[in-house]
Amino acid sequence: MGFLLGWGCVLAKKSIGPVRREFTPWESPDHPPFIEFRNVTKKFGDFTAVNNLSLKIYEREFFALLGGSGCGKTTLMRMLAGFETPTTGQIFLDGQDLAGIPPFRRPSNMMFQSYALFPHMSVEKNIAFGLKQDRLAPSEIGDRVAEMLRLTKLEQFAKRRPHQLSGGQRQRVALARSLAKRPKVLLLDEPLGALDRKLREETQFELMNIQEELKTTFLIVTHDQEEAMTVADRIAVMDKGELVQVATPAEIYEAPNSRFVADFIGDVNLIEATVVRKSEAGTRLDSVCEGFAIETNQTTDAGIGDRVWYAIRPEKVRIAHGRGEPDAANQIDGLVWDIAYLGDVSIIHSKVGKGDRDTILRATFANVSRMVENPITWDDEVVLSFDRDAGVILRG
Amino acid sequence: MDKPAPVKRTLGGWALIAVPYVWLLIFFLAPFLIVFKISLSQVAVAIPPYVPTFDLAGGWQAFVENLGDLSLENYLWLTEDDLYWKSYLSSVVIAGISTFLTLLIGYPIAYGMARSPQSLRPTLLMLVILPFWTSFLIRVYAWIGILKNEGLLNQLLMAIGIIDEPLVILNTNTAVYIGIVYSYLPFLVLPLYASLERLDGSLLEAAEDLGCPPWKAFWKITLPLSLPGVIAGCFLVFIPAVGEFVIPDLLGGSDTLMIGKTLWTEFFNNRDWPVSSAVAVILLIILVIPIVLFQNQQQKIAEKQA
Amino acid sequence: MTRGPTWFNITSLVMGFSFLYLPIVLLVIYSFNKSRLVTVWGGFSTEWYVSLLHNDQLLDAAWVTLRVAFVSASVATVLGTAAALVLVRSGRFIGRSLFSGMIFAPLVMPEVILGLSLLLLFVAMDQSRGFWTVILAHTTFAMCYVAVVVQSRLVGFDKSIEEAAEDLGCPPVKTFFLITLPIILPGVVAGWMLAFTLSLDDLVVASFTTGPGATTLPMKIYSQVRLGVTPEINAVCTILVVLVTCAVIAASLVTRRQQVQKERDERTAFGAEG
Repeated sequence: MGFLLGWGCVLAKKSIGPVRREFTPWESPDHPPFIEFRNVTKKFGDFTAVNNLSLKIYEREFFALLGGSGCGKTTLMRMLAGFETPTTGQIFLDGQDLAGIPPFRRPSNMMFQSYALFPHMSVEKNIAFGLKQDRLAPSEIGDRVAEMLRLTKLEQFAKRRPHQLSGGQRQRVALARSLAKRPKVLLLDEPLGALDRKLREETQFELMNIQEELKTTFLIVTHDQEEAMTVADRIAVMDKGELVQVATPAEIYEAPNSRFVADFIGDVNLIEATVVRKSEAGTRLDSVCEGFAIETNQTTDAGIGDRVWYAIRPEKVRIAHGRGEPDAANQIDGLVWDIAYLGDVSIIHSKVGKGDRDTILRATFANVSRMVENPITWDDEVVLSFDRDAGVILRG
Repeated sequence: MDKPAPVKRTLGGWALIAVPYVWLLIFFLAPFLIVFKISLSQVAVAIPPYVPTFDLAGGWQAFVENLGDLSLENYLWLTEDDLYWKSYLSSVVIAGISTFLTLLIGYPIAYGMARSPQSLRPTLLMLVILPFWTSFLIRVYAWIGILKNEGLLNQLLMAIGIIDEPLVILNTNTAVYIGIVYSYLPFLVLPLYASLERLDGSLLEAAEDLGCPPWKAFWKITLPLSLPGVIAGCFLVFIPAVGEFVIPDLLGGSDTLMIGKTLWTEFFNNRDWPVSSAVAVILLIILVIPIVLFQNQQQKIAEKQA
Repeated sequence: MTRGPTWFNITSLVMGFSFLYLPIVLLVIYSFNKSRLVTVWGGFSTEWYVSLLHNDQLLDAAWVTLRVAFVSASVATVLGTAAALVLVRSGRFIGRSLFSGMIFAPLVMPEVILGLSLLLLFVAMDQSRGFWTVILAHTTFAMCYVAVVVQSRLVGFDKSIEEAAEDLGCPPVKTFFLITLPIILPGVVAGWMLAFTLSLDDLVVASFTTGPGATTLPMKIYSQVRLGVTPEINAVCTILVVLVTCAVIAASLVTRRQQVQKERDERTAFGAEG
């Protein structure tokens, strides 16, 4: 009967999204961090690139720093690599304070955005370069290079120069070179930015497999939210030199902590509303654009009458002609305003609310059948419905 | 994120700066200060042929006494003898005319290069650069044999019957113009070609598409956009041409006045070091204006590209 | 610009290049003239080249010039490369604009001023003039040309390549010799060649800064040219022109071939990806 009980527990514990099995060191407060930024600030003249930032990253974690350009993510990584010095604050790696240690003595290695391959050396020599700096025995260097070539499937290109390789191959050389020294942490600066979309998606999985195999801590900097969501165990969303939210990809998507995060990751409807009733079971909001209320199981620390935003992803909004779904907690009448047909889905923009205070609500409509008898089209009157747990209340 | 970081400098970093810096201070800047100082001294029959010589052995006292011996006399002399200001004026005029002629000849060449097929351009570019590598002196010398009274040009012109009497070209200003144009042509063609080559061909197509005939498109589009190249090229010809010595000396006549030649004569023939130093100082002051203008223009281009 | 050349373009190119090359071609042709009158063709002869071999003064001057050019170009390459690194890499430091001014000024400064000022410096230093003072003078202006050539190569240099080397455990100085120098080497070599030919060419600065016993070839040529054109000088000039031309063409062919090879490699590499 034991296994049945076990099942019961799993079923009872509702969690948000997929998580790598039994790997959640960030949830136990006693777990020692592998990398720690402690109140780190970096200023370039008047410009503050990183502002009093503290962050803990754990061993074997695949961690992503995500943000737009100029948000400080690259500066943060370069401080860890030693190319920039923090104006104030400390950085620890494996318990060691990194202050004053030059880049060439740090136990981290970096894969550069431009790959930065040495153009005058063959693939082999590029990979062996770091090992030679450590004065390893030639036989060991040979073994290590062979291992890296195998890992990145580059065996047949060992003698080639970088300019004789394609973009994807160069990317793998850069990866092999930075992994050859078995760094305590691998830093990846926009590693897939130069690849085309298809190759990028393939390489993302390859990266994850390599990380699984080597069990090295990976820190990736990217501006591509899909990439961060695909590869990372946890994501730190950055803006203007500060951390906005640090959480698993699913938490960031399903439970963003601010309008910035909700808007930055994926597509979202943000409905301005006021709190009209609150209890432990949930909250009732009145839309500012009048005409509809929102019932949610979320609790909020906002008081009655406070202005909040209700964030709901378009795919959580169902759309139908006529009466819609009478069972749903929320039902809103709308008028189809615009349709973006994307093939797999259509994004339907509907006008909701009253008079000149109306707003647009987007709903995803999955095109599951090729032929539809009565398709939703422009100017249709529709009903938009969603459940009590479909969205989140945001205060800022 | 892309702002330049204040560079941390190690001892090696400082040494890297110090070595070329000190070299230039000693062998470039200090000599100018000495030239300036000597331009305030008097000529004397001595070695070196001027007083005062600052002898550090005399100590501070002697140094201060010597200071009193400096005077602006040489500069006054430059204004009194009209040879000097006529030389300055004539240098600027000759350089100006030559620059204009170089532009007239250089523009069609640069334009032709920019319009030639892509595969041919590196070769053409090398053909323009090649004369720059061969000796300046030899290139000027080559013209003597051509421009002489009994030279090849006159032989040719008389043989085909255009003229009966040989033209006197060598030892005139015309020969100097030819020499300067010939020697400095690559300096003008290169920056001009660079700016013409960058010109986006679709701009001309757009102009024609909007109803502008090709010749007009040249005036309205190509020429204005190549202006930075024209200006850079003209400066690169004009500035060195003003102080030119070899060309007026070998190709010019006794009445060709150019300041480089005057300075040379003053120094080597008259052995008047203080006056030639004063000539050099004034020449430098005259050139500072175009040099600064040129620097500013280059900086603007660099900023635009950044 | 992508459009084809017109007749006007072709004509101006032909005329322009004739103008650039005809004088030198004529000079080369007339160096094989039998007649002592330089401009009257008296039949083909190589006697002037033979007589060169017996002109000890000219040969001495040529030897002096080559030594001066070699030493000054080599020193200038080291100093100029350092100066280029400072200009591109050193960020801000006190006197930076003075430094860059001193690098760029000699490029446009009249040679008479450079020569005069250096001579006066040597006099002030009570330095007897000769072989070494010419070398110092040539090094000074040649290093500025080297700096400009190397700088243009450094500006296009991806700094993250150096960072990668450091990241992999290579200290900065070693990184320079292992990574940076090999990559900018074509620029450094071009700078050396430029410095060498500039020194080979120079008449004015050498005339000011030289002393007894150190007459360079351009000075020798100049003093003879002043006395009139001789076929012997034509022969000397021809040899110089041919040497320099061969060197420059060879150098550019090598770089061209490397370039073409590289482009071909890149095309194949990217073709293979699809």
